[in-house]
Amino acid sequence: MANYSYIPWIPLLPLICFVVLGIFGRKHIGNASGIIGTLSLAVSAVLSLIAADQYFFVDGKLNGVYQKITAFKYVWLEFAPNLSIDISIVLDPVSVMMLVVVTFVSLMVHLFSLGYMKGEERFATYYAFLSLFTFSMLGLVMAGNLFQVYMFWELVGVSSFLLIGYYFEKPSAVAASKKAFIVTRFADLGFLIGILIMAFYGKTLDISTLIQKLTAVQSAEYTGMATAGFLGVSVLTWGLTLVFVGGAGKSAMFPLHIWLPDAMEGPTPVSALIHAATMVVAGVYLVARLFPVYSIDAAALTVVTWTGAFSALLAAVIACTQTDIKRVLAYSTMSQIGYMMFALGVARQGGEEGLGYMASMFHLFTHAFFKSLLFLGAGAVIHMVHSNEMKDMGGLRKQMPVTHFAFLVGCMAIAGVPLLSGFFSKEEILLAAWHSNKLVYGVALFTAALTAFYMFRLYFSIFWNKDAQAHHADKHGEGTMSMKLPLIILSILAIGAGYIPFSHFITSDGSVLETHTDIVFSVAPVVLSLLAIALAASLYRKQNDKPDKIAKAFGGLYKAASRKFYMDELYLFITKKILFPFVGQPIAWIDRNIVDGLMNGLASATASVSAVIKGLQSGKVQAYALYFFGGVAALAVLFIYLWK
Amino acid sequence: MNSVPISHILFVSTALFCIGMFGLFTRRNMITMLMSVELMLNSVNINFVAFNKYLYPGKLDGIFFTIFIITIAAAEAAVAIAIIINLYRSHQSIDVEDATEMKF
Repeated sequence: MANYSYIPWIPLLPLICFVVLGIFGRKHIGNASGIIGTLSLAVSAVLSLIAADQYFFVDGKLNGVYQKITAFKYVWLEFAPNLSIDISIVLDPVSVMMLVVVTFVSLMVHLFSLGYMKGEERFATYYAFLSLFTFSMLGLVMAGNLFQVYMFWELVGVSSFLLIGYYFEKPSAVAASKKAFIVTRFADLGFLIGILIMAFYGKTLDISTLIQKLTAVQSAEYTGMATAGFLGVSVLTWGLTLVFVGGAGKSAMFPLHIWLPDAMEGPTPVSALIHAATMVVAGVYLVARLFPVYSIDAAALTVVTWTGAFSALLAAVIACTQTDIKRVLAYSTMSQIGYMMFALGVARQGGEEGLGYMASMFHLFTHAFFKSLLFLGAGAVIHMVHSNEMKDMGGLRKQMPVTHFAFLVGCMAIAGVPLLSGFFSKEEILLAAWHSNKLVYGVALFTAALTAFYMFRLYFSIFWNKDAQAHHADKHGEGTMSMKLPLIILSILAIGAGYIPFSHFITSDGSVLETHTDIVFSVAPVVLSLLAIALAASLYRKQNDKPDKIAKAFGGLYKAASRKFYMDELYLFITKKILFPFVGQPIAWIDRNIVDGLMNGLASATASVSAVIKGLQSGKVQAYALYFFGGVAALAVLFIYLWK
Repeated sequence: MNSVPISHILFVSTALFCIGMFGLFTRRNMITMLMSVELMLNSVNINFVAFNKYLYPGKLDGIFFTIFIITIAAAEAAVAIAIIINLYRSHQSIDVEDATEMKF
């Protein structure tokens, strides 16, 4: 085995950076913190590129199949033989791919933030939090133990919370960070129970051992899980579904998606990193890590498929009606993650059947680049206009040529315009869906058209529509070089990432899967996307009243979609009208009156007893002597006469 | 030789003990209290010697105990008087009623 001893430095560098910037940043380092954070992450990114090169091209393969390599392992808590919580670093095709994506996108965001966050009072804190997030995400993707995944899972949750609430003077940001944290915590409860079920029946927390045990033909663990049932569903399905609930919470799948749009209160580069490219795909990644186990349980995969497909469609419909550009992007993220989810759901282990798995990972990879590009582009626009609303923008193409170009590339990539990266990955997903379930394919095709429509609605509204407004011109221009450079690099990747022969590297069973692009198959999605783009162009390229008329024609549907189908209201109703009065308040009463009452009663009983007997301690020596003699006499009487 | 019965000696020692206890509880002067304690110790000594003589005439255990008690009583008197002197220095009094700060 080759030397992978440098791997631990990839997550450790951001951790060190977090500690240093967190402690000394604000007082001693100040504006240099951005440079320090960016440089240390650049080292991490280079190291992970080296690791990827070494793994994919030098020594990752054994007999043509990519092997799992454990680069670092430390047994931390051992409960029983094999059942232990480890801290480990595992390299396999998916984790190496994620390693590159996370460090690279994070580096771009660090670089972009140098310009975007310039002059912020808590600049160093911002970089410290970014480093913390990067560390946690890297720990998450390289984890070889389910419980380690859970720990880092919570850590990314915390750093996401901190970054969403970065502008903590704004009440809406505070509310959004709380919402994100509580909703994902709620989902993590499912995840934890799922982990415990898997550990209880599989008797291990190590992911690869678990997979080995459960997928072996007629193994004791598999039979145990498949036969034991709860509410008529096998324990295996329960465990996998609960783990998926955790993933759905992080990945903003329906019905746990409500936190993602609000999370846009955070700084825009943060949205690009956490809520577009890396953290929100953690759910997809989790399912992918456990995919061999999922693939033996059709029921759990059906749940994954339909949750993904429904989320993809729902989010796309909502995205068509939103006016805040970051919210449009947030819903489009949710929609694309839905794509990845159902692609996993329609896949099976191995060979041609595993196309969906490979497609999902491919889409994750390309999506990370074009979506972070779109978010950074949106960040540049917001930086210029100082507003998130579409109506404040328009005609910006002349003033922001680089951003305009980058944003156009991003929109074309996500819309699936041929020859850009999104086209290739989306084709694979559609193909996988076509082979397994025509209904899912129909949903995916319709969603693809919707995606093209709302992305170009966004594009035309920002860069065309109205004429350039005067108040834009006197602002500070397009931004510094550190803001343009990431846009350019990411544009190149958003165009080029699709040409990587992905199926040679990442497949469900580690061996090469030959894919062929079928021109005939591509016709339908491409034509639909182009039509949708044309429609968006006709509606939004010039300012006119057609969009309003169409909105009126859709009436209730439009209104419902623009209010996000009343999901937030529903949640508020459930929590405020049902949970708080009927569950929360009785529990609070029990806590206040019975639990606290017991403790307070004990304390006041002790206090009153001591108030009575403290008179005995009078300070008079003779009184003490009297008690002593009285006690001796009483004992004498007791032992001589009474104790027979 | 055995003309005095043990009950007489026990009567004396009990009387001595009760006098000592009465003095300890009623006197406020610390020196007097110390003397009362010595009286009680001496009543115990008498008991030891008496029981030794009447029950185990061939042994000396009771007498040894008496010697120990006398020794310790001497040491205790030294300590007690040292305490009393210190108390006098701080309170200008050796009345126990004046030294009741150590209470709740």
